Amino acid sequence: MAISPRYTREIPHRYRLEAQRFSSGYVTLANRYVDPETGSREFENITLSGKGKILTWTVISIAADAYTRETPFVIAVIETEEGARLTAQVVDCMPEDVKTGASVELVFRKIMEEGASGIINYGYKAILI
Amino acid sequence: MREVAVIGVGMTRFGELWSQSIRDMFAEAALKAMDDAGVKKIESLYVGCMSSGLYTAQEHLGSVMADYIGQRGAAAVRVESACASGGQAVRAAFMEVASGACDIALAGGVEKMWDAEDSSMVLATASDQEYEAYSGVTFPGLYAMMARAYMERYGLTREELAAVPVKNHKHAINNPHAQYPQPLTIEGVLKASLVADPLRLMDCSPISDGAACVILCPLDKAKQYTDKPVKIVGIGSASGPIALHDHADFTRLDAVRLAGERAYKMANVSPKNISFVEVHDCFSIAEIIVAEELGFFEYGKAGKAIANGAGTYGNGVVINPSGGLKAKGHPVGATGVAQVIECTLQLQGKAGKRQVENARYGMAQNMGGSGGSSVVHILEAQ
Repeated sequence: MAISPRYTREIPHRYRLEAQRFSSGYVTLANRYVDPETGSREFENITLSGKGKILTWTVISIAADAYTRETPFVIAVIETEEGARLTAQVVDCMPEDVKTGASVELVFRKIMEEGASGIINYGYKAILI
Repeated sequence: MREVAVIGVGMTRFGELWSQSIRDMFAEAALKAMDDAGVKKIESLYVGCMSSGLYTAQEHLGSVMADYIGQRGAAAVRVESACASGGQAVRAAFMEVASGACDIALAGGVEKMWDAEDSSMVLATASDQEYEAYSGVTFPGLYAMMARAYMERYGLTREELAAVPVKNHKHAINNPHAQYPQPLTIEGVLKASLVADPLRLMDCSPISDGAACVILCPLDKAKQYTDKPVKIVGIGSASGPIALHDHADFTRLDAVRLAGERAYKMANVSPKNISFVEVHDCFSIAEIIVAEELGFFEYGKAGKAIANGAGTYGNGVVINPSGGLKAKGHPVGATGVAQVIECTLQLQGKAGKRQVENARYGMAQNMGGSGGSSVVHILEAQ
């Protein structure tokens, strides 16, 4: 579910892990204007190191059509060392190697293809470190 | 605000309704509800639906449905809050009647899910499209991550988790509208195919077609239409983080807690007053967390309590007497309205073999996404 202009807008965070740190200390990878907890509107742009830990995870066996070829695949909620939370696939590993609390690093990978004639989508996935 | 009552209900069977279109189903439910109440004219119509555009390429449902239930000219609008759309439609209709803007409102919900080829994609639109769905996570996947967090923190076992759908299937046996009124065993859950580890197919509510409608009017006029009006005494609605990863605690659903608190406050009752509750068990783990957020159990206790026999007849609050989303079926936009219908039938003493005896208060809890929204209704027998 991505079309080219929409995809382009997401490149800063998907390709380069550009994030925001609010004056309250809240760090978000998703582009926000307001810290949802404190209401702070003051922030600086930062770039995430890509290192983090798995908070919880699953193995997807039944996926939407665009991802079916990859099943079964691991999905995790990750908290980066800066405190940003995100959802990403964990790749280059067997599901039995994944554990809550495991250290991961975000890497640049292909995510999916938009059908036979659409663009190829890229973004971040995680590997165990 | 004026006091508001439910004076008529109607719903289709839930299931694979291949011969019925989205408007056929809505018309069946709406006309049944109008006949039940004995009303011929609807002043205002609210249609709860999550994704008719993606499922059936039909938007503008307020107009479609008003036209096809013989109510051209009525005020008509669609209400959307993902899987909580139906409950939000009831709330919207309640507000209009309570405000005095109209006397006879119809709140309905509908979803035609079996017309879609890629239902996982459609359902994932209720999550955060840019930051969650893009990763390939599905809705079962999001709830699976909640289940893992809960099981690791509180020591809930896979077998104990299976007790939730087993209980709900047992309840659905007595529900003539249920999609799956068949018994289910613990072994049947544990042997079902994996969908998103640790959740298996029998932890997940099904793909369903269906519609459900209720008619609301001011309580002081309700006796003109029915001997057994049921009063809506409390409503709470709340939002939460759209993405699961933004929940401070993956074993909690803040929107449910907030909606419940608001409904209890408005109704001036507490969990101990509630005889039965229809909860949004889209996945087995959801029923457990929701039951805790609504105050029926302490945090970390509901899963083991249900595994030990809580949540069914003769053992405190009855959870999902209808069979819940798992066994009754989950046509997403219709679910919240169907929950209010179950509360109404129970409080009218019309629930047949699944009747909860001596109930004064019943509750319906409807939820969108992975806790992005929730709406809670408390109803009282008159």
